Formats: sequence, C-alpha cells, structure tokens
Amino acid sequence: MLAQFLQFLFSGLTVGATYALAALGFTLIYNASNVINFAQGEFIMLGGMLAVFFTQLGLPLPVALLLAIVVPAMIGVLLEKLAIEPVKGAETVTLIIITIGASLVIRGLIQVWLGKGTHSLPAFSGDAPIALLGATLLPQSLWVLGVTAIVVLALWYFFNRTLQGKAMLATSFNRVAAELVGINTSWVLFMSFAMSAALGALGGILVAPITMTSYDVGIMLGLKGFVAAVVGGLGNGLGAVLGGLLVGILEAMGAGYISSAYKDAIPFVLILFMLFFMPRGLFGSKSTDRV
Amino acid sequence: MALLEVKQLSIQFGGVKAVQNVSFSIDAGIVYAVIGPNGAGKTTLFNLITGVYTPTSGTILLDGEAIQGKAPNELARRGVARTFQNLQICMNMSAIENVMVGAHLRLDRNPLKAALRLPSITRRDAELRTESAELMRFVGLDQYIDARADSMPYGALKRLEIARALALKPRIIFLDEPAAGLNPKETIEVDALVRKVADSGVTVVLVEHDMKMVMNLSDRILVLDYGKKLAEGSGEEVRTNPDVIAAYLGTHA
Amino acid sequence: MKRSVYLGLYVVIAILLILPFVLPNSFYMDLAIRMAINAIIVLGLNLLIGFAGQISMGHAGFLGIGAYASAVLPTHFGWHPLLAMGAGVVVTGLLAAVLARPIFKLKGHYLAMATLGLGIIINIILRNEAALTGGPDGMSVPPLGLLGFDLTSDKHWYWVVALLLSVSVWASLNLIDSPFGRALRALHGSEVASQVAGVDVVRYKVAIFVISAVFASLMGSVTAHYVGFVTPNFADFFHSIELVTMVVIGGMASVYGSLVGAVLLTALPQALSSLEGWETVAFGAILMACMIFMPRGLVPTLAAKFGRGN
Repeated sequence: MLAQFLQFLFSGLTVGATYALAALGFTLIYNASNVINFAQGEFIMLGGMLAVFFTQLGLPLPVALLLAIVVPAMIGVLLEKLAIEPVKGAETVTLIIITIGASLVIRGLIQVWLGKGTHSLPAFSGDAPIALLGATLLPQSLWVLGVTAIVVLALWYFFNRTLQGKAMLATSFNRVAAELVGINTSWVLFMSFAMSAALGALGGILVAPITMTSYDVGIMLGLKGFVAAVVGGLGNGLGAVLGGLLVGILEAMGAGYISSAYKDAIPFVLILFMLFFMPRGLFGSKSTDRV
Repeated sequence: MALLEVKQLSIQFGGVKAVQNVSFSIDAGIVYAVIGPNGAGKTTLFNLITGVYTPTSGTILLDGEAIQGKAPNELARRGVARTFQNLQICMNMSAIENVMVGAHLRLDRNPLKAALRLPSITRRDAELRTESAELMRFVGLDQYIDARADSMPYGALKRLEIARALALKPRIIFLDEPAAGLNPKETIEVDALVRKVADSGVTVVLVEHDMKMVMNLSDRILVLDYGKKLAEGSGEEVRTNPDVIAAYLGTHA
Repeated sequence: MKRSVYLGLYVVIAILLILPFVLPNSFYMDLAIRMAINAIIVLGLNLLIGFAGQISMGHAGFLGIGAYASAVLPTHFGWHPLLAMGAGVVVTGLLAAVLARPIFKLKGHYLAMATLGLGIIINIILRNEAALTGGPDGMSVPPLGLLGFDLTSDKHWYWVVALLLSVSVWASLNLIDSPFGRALRALHGSEVASQVAGVDVVRYKVAIFVISAVFASLMGSVTAHYVGFVTPNFADFFHSIELVTMVVIGGMASVYGSLVGAVLLTALPQALSSLEGWETVAFGAILMACMIFMPRGLVPTLAAKFGRGN
C-alpha cells in the first residue's frame, strides 16, 4: 500500500519537476512582459529533441546537453525580438495567438527536420533502479529532482540577491518606473525569454531519458506547465514550483488510483476547478481595475 | 425626501481607507458638486454610488431604496447614469452607436427577434437612431453624427459620454470631471452643457477641479479630503470655510 | 440598416448560386462544401471573439459533441439522425450555459486557459470512451435522412449547406445591428461603460458563448453526416486553433471576414496536404504574420485602406 503510494509520489514528483521548470518559464516571461508564452512547451520539446540530435551527431553528452539548452535559449530570444517586441501593448488575444503561432512554427520545423519518431536519451547515470521503502526510483529521477532544486535555489538567489535579478523583478512590478530609474527593460525582456526557454529546455532534457521525446511532446507539457503556473498564482515563482509539483503528483495519483486513460485530463480538470474557485491561484495577489 | 442619501459610507482597499464615514444627501433637481484635492476619494465615491465598487460599510439610499453593492447595470435600471474620468468610449463602434447603447434598457434585446430582423426591432432602432442624433445635437456634436468614435477628438468624446448617459433618460447623472483635459473655450462649453442638462430636470452630481465652473453651476457642494467629509453647503459657505481654504482652495480663493 | 451591408450578402448568394455550374469536378464541390461549413462555424465563433471580444480556445470540443452525438445516438441507440442532432445541440447548449458563468468571470489569459481546458477534456473523453465512440480510430456516421429521403449526394449537400450559410450570414448581419448586437460590441469596447448603460455583462457573455457553441455543435453534426465518418481529431486543440486562425485572418468583428478566413484556411491544408509538417509551419507563420502586421484581419484592414471601414 505504502509502496504503491510512494511509487506514484515519486513519479509524480519527477514529472512535476518538469512542470515546475515550465511553470517558472511562464512566470518569468509573464512578469517581464505580461505575455503568456504558449510556445513554452516547445522549448521543453526542443531541449529533449536537440539533446538527442546532438548526441547522435557524436558529441559528448555534456556538450550535447549544453547546446540543447543554449540553442533553445537563442530561439527564445529570437521569438521575443521578432514576434513580441513589434506588438508591444497589443490585446491579450493578439499576443496569445502570436505565441501559439510560434509554437506551431517551431513544432512544424522540428517535425519536418527530425521526423515524427520517438527518441530516447541515455540516462545520465545509468538505469539501475534504486529501491526505496518498497518503491523503485530511477536514478534519472534523482537527477531531475536534484537539478531542479539547484536551479530553483539559483533563481531565488539571482532574483533576491543580485542587482540584475532585482532589476528584473522591478520591471515586473512597474515597467515604466523601472525604466525611469535606469533599468534597461529591453535587456530584462531579452533575459527573461532566454532564461525561460533555457529552463524549459533543461526540463525537457532531464526528463527525456524517462519519458522519451518526440516532436509533439511540447503541447501537453506546455499546457500542463501553464496549468501549474496558474495553480501557483500567475507571476509567483514559488507558486510556480509548488504548482508544478502539485500538478505532477495529482496527475500520478489520479492515473494510479483512478484511471490511467484519463491521466491527461486531470491537470485540466484541476485548472477549471482552480479558475472557478480560486482564480488567483495559491499565492497570487488580488488586483483591482481603476476606472 | 432627498433623491439620494449617503450614510456613513466607507470603503477600504487593503490598508488604504479611500472613503471614510461620508454622509450627505442630494435633493432632486439640483446641481451638486463634489470637490477636493486629488486622491480625496471623489471618483471612489462615484464608483461606490454607481455600483462599480461595493462599500465595506454604510448605506446608499436612492429614493429610499438601499442600493449599495448593487451592480452598475441594476443601477442603470433605476435611472442612474454616469460618465468616466478616464473616458470609457467604445472605440470599436460609431459615435451614434455609442449613444444608442445608452438607451439599451429601453429596447427589446431579444437575440432571436434581432436575428430574424423583425419589424418591431428595426422600427425601434430607427426611432432610437433619430433620438440619438438629437441627443448628439443637444450636447453640441452636430458635426460628428456620422463619425466613428475613434476619429473624434478628446473634447468631443467627453461630450459623447454625456450624450450616452442622457440616452438612459436618467433621474440622476454623475459627471466625473467633465472638463478634465479641456482648454478654456471647451470648458465654457461644457459648463453651458451641464447647465442645460440640469435645466432639463436631471439631478446632476459633479466632480470638478475647475473652481469657477463649480461655483457657477452648483447649488450645493461637498468637500472631501483624505476620504473624509470636510464641509458641505452652498458655494458661499464652502468658499469661506477656513478648513476648506486651508486644505484645498488656498488663501486667495 | 445600411443597404451596403446586405449588398455583401447578395454577392455571397450570387456566388453560391453560380458555383456548382462553374466547379470542374466533385473534388472542388467537396472543397466548397467544407469551406461553407467552416464559414458557418467561424461566423458563430467570430460573434464571440471578434464582436464580443472574448476568447474560446476549445471550440472544436463543441464540434465534437455535435459530431459524436450524430454518430453515437443513431448507431448505438437507434435514434433518428435529426433527433440526435437536436440532442447534440441541447447538450452543447446546456454545457456552455452552465460553464459560461464561471468561465466568463475570468478575463484574458485565464479565460483562454479555461476554454482551452474544456476543449481538451472533451477531446480526451471522446478519445477514451472507445466502446461508444470507437476511440482514436473514430466511427462511421449514418446518413442524414430528411423526410424519408437520405442526404448523400454532393449536389444535395451543397444546396443544404449553401442555404444554411446564407441564412447564417443574414442572421449575423441582423444580430450585429440590433440592441443585442450593440450591447455585445459595447461590451468589447468598454465593459464598464456598457455596464453603466444597463448591460448585464455576464448574461451577455453567457448568451453569446451559448450561441456560438450551438452553431458549432450543429455544424459538427452536419460535418459528421456529410463526411460519413468522425474521429477525435475533429475535436482536438489544433482544430480549435485552426478555427481561431480563420477568425483572426479573415477579420475579427467582420462577418465577411469570417467567410474569407474560412475559405482561405480550408484551402490551405488541401494545398499542403502531403506536407504535414509544413502545413503546421505555414499555419503558425500565417498566424504570427497576421497578428503582427494586420491585427484586425484581412477584411477590416483592406476595408479601412479603401476608406469604407466596417
């Protein structure tokens, strides 16, 4: 009984870490520009797919992984420069549609270039499962959780203790005020897209050895990452992480105890529930419109 | 009995007490002004009375009926109309359509009848169009009757909002800084327009910074400062009130 | 009612009347029918997105409900297809009505997310309940019988759909220039202004959501009967995005824009049918380019350029 529960918990935490990284990505961009980047999921996909591509080219694993983070980061910046900056201040619908369009372009190009097949990445430290309290844990899961924890801590440090990080936070609270005190908000925007793409890609890389990757994994991962961000409270970093873990765990529990066919529906039922009863999420703040 | 009675009205936004225990009453048919420094809570007061905000405590009585916390569209049904300090014009529609929206409650809104273009709907719409053109002439927008809202200058749009509010055939109309952003000539025109509206029998409640306009037009004035009532009375009484002078008018009023 | 607005309708009717005699073969006939069906769906969706200014990222879900109602009820329960179509409409209408109130208290991204979630849940249900729906492989749909006469030939379908399209365009034009329509557009222009004018904003959002959902359900059923087969892909996220793209490209808040968007984006997959990946890229690129350079869509942008503005 306990073993089964722990099993679901572990797998939930593992996939939840990916959602957490995706949610952080959404949060970063939302804070910097009030845009929900529906292409976030594709960065996750790019991480996994590019890692596979670079390793298949013969590059040593660490180099392949690094490239698989850097390239999506550059694509993220490209997206920001080409598609977001030109339409600063547009209506929400417009921005949503632009990022959806970007996600289609990225996904379509990968489909054309790398095909529709499913690929796997070698686990970073082997496949030998670890027995823990009756449940089994893959070593890769430890990688996922460990790296995510380090990244989250690093981000916390960056935003709360470094000047650049504080500059980004300031921009998210009030862009005009930030500009007036000399913060380069264009740079902030640039950084947030780069970082968020890198985060997504990292998540994709970490989890690829476990769940495999293909050209269309981005859609669901991205959407669930968005659910996680909203659950945690859109714009709140801690909320994003906790939201991601929560969504992952609920999904695994639901799949394990209720029905695995409806696994994918669980995050969306959750989001509807949240939006109806707690739209600000767990940690979100209330806001009023001035008329 | 007064048309509008406000009793101990308060609202708090987190730690900010935007309006504190404000009480006053407005008789039908007069022009009542609300003045005070920026941030005194004037627009918040308007928002409370017109249903945009719900007070944390206090009551608002319209003709004896408690209306605090009711939604704006329900207040519109009771003959309460308003304009906005930050223009709220529907730029996606034509000028005259904006005015026609004001008459929304007086029309048959059934979508099925509309989709089938029943004569009753089209006839009423044609009548309303004529009426709205008249209203636009009333507020001095003759030259914009066929214009799109997004092609009109700021001053004209402020008057369009008034026309929309009048289309409601209101008992009481709240004008939030109708002269804001207007040059002296336009201000005089708005002054005359407000006088016209008041003369037509509508109770007018006005927020304004232009003191000349306020003193000219108003029968009674309420002075707010930091969300609290500082003074209330006729123009003369308020103008000579030492607290008001200290807080707002300055010593050379 | 400006006579120039109905003029477009007469042009559409004229085109619809001439088309069957001009089209070379049944492939084009089929394409025309699909364009017309999409046009009707897009008209309904545009009322919601363009005119009322809301979002729906899961509209294909409603198509799915209608389509599968028309497939499942006659096949497994022996219902008459018209009755099944009606049931689809009723279920969709009720679902939309019940969910609309909580959904439309949300705005912007939250609203998009909620509608998206709804569409995905519907898709997953259709995909999973294989015993009823045939699962991912789909199921066949019995033909639609009207007054003892089965609707199967392309030509007959064409006229049915052409009639439906003409009526839909006429009804939409009427609706827009009416108190109800003005209230919707005012809601989009300034929600608070429409509120103080007496518009019960939530009720209107619910109403237009239900109307556009019902349009979709009806056309879902029609498509199911026309094609004779239905799969869960019909109700997936990509299809929802396709529909939104049609609204956006053609022109939000433009009746004729809806038609243009539907025609263009029904033809595009045909042109790229062998290049699936490129089709996705093309869709994405078109979406982005359109929203960056022509955010109001083709028809309104062109109309403004030529001075008329509608």
